[in-house]
Amino acid sequence: MIVWISIAVTALGCYAVKLLGLSVPAGLLERPLVRRMASLVPVAMLAALTAIQTFGSGQALVVDARAAGLAAAAVALLLRAPFLVVVGAAVVVTAAVRALTG
Amino acid sequence: MESAQIQRERAPSRPRAAVIRDALGVGIAVGLSGFAFGVTSAGSGLSLAQTCALSLFVFTGASQFALVGALGAGGNPVAAVAGALFLGVRNAFYGLRLSHLLGLPRAVRPFAAQWIIDETSAVAMAQPDRDSARLGFTVTGASLYVLWNLTTFLGALGAAALGDPSAWGLDAAGPAVFLALLASMLRGRQEALVAVLAVVLALACLPLLPTGVPVLVAALAAPIVLAVTRREEAHP
Repeated sequence: MIVWISIAVTALGCYAVKLLGLSVPAGLLERPLVRRMASLVPVAMLAALTAIQTFGSGQALVVDARAAGLAAAAVALLLRAPFLVVVGAAVVVTAAVRALTG
Repeated sequence: MESAQIQRERAPSRPRAAVIRDALGVGIAVGLSGFAFGVTSAGSGLSLAQTCALSLFVFTGASQFALVGALGAGGNPVAAVAGALFLGVRNAFYGLRLSHLLGLPRAVRPFAAQWIIDETSAVAMAQPDRDSARLGFTVTGASLYVLWNLTTFLGALGAAALGDPSAWGLDAAGPAVFLALLASMLRGRQEALVAVLAVVLALACLPLLPTGVPVLVAALAAPIVLAVTRREEAHP
């Protein structure tokens, strides 16, 4: 039940912010500081999520096959590969390293 | 986006076929990665219905991955939802820019709103004129929404047959999605500083704080870097 509630709140909240942006008069969200925060907060959160989901195992820090997968994704990004190739590279390399190292 | 910017200044309008091709390229590539979300979500313990509900009603990939990642790791649901919502806030700013660009009638806005995400905004904002922007937004939104939901369903359905998703390396899909989105946002020194500080904060807090909370702490990297570098920005 708690999962359904989490999903409902996330869905309503995410929809509300999408509609808000489309509906509010310009100016309210256009202050330079607000805009700057809005572009930097996702940067912080995406960087944190990338690190945690790569090096986190429960509450422990580990370096495992996922790190190799993420490195492959980074190389694909540097080579300007399409989105799907970037994700695919991470998945394939992680699986391969895991298979090789048992 | 730089090349698109240049294109916008040079070309007065674009052929519809070129807009549709760009839009489908993005829509199909990203739409197919819903498969990774479906598998990840099912692997995190969410049911098929819950997984599909997320893709249908939340429809913003980073928030979806963040929510199931935090719930699957046994995180506090409040922190998990807060993290997902924080990530979704950027869509409000896309919406603001798109409302000028697309000039949508009031009655259409509630329907268009659900499609306001990174990819549709990027395609629309890369177009030189309103008609192309509307076309790009609509084609990207439609192709991505349909494919993302279809592949979410297949991924969640196939997750049981795949067994342990980590054996297939699918636990690396989430972080790879985050990294790809992050890479598209790293445009300047401030962004790089925020990213580095956020990683340090997140990893330092991980062993100390309940699951889901370190991401929220890491979000503080944005105001911290803004406060520190604001003086420089005021006098560039």
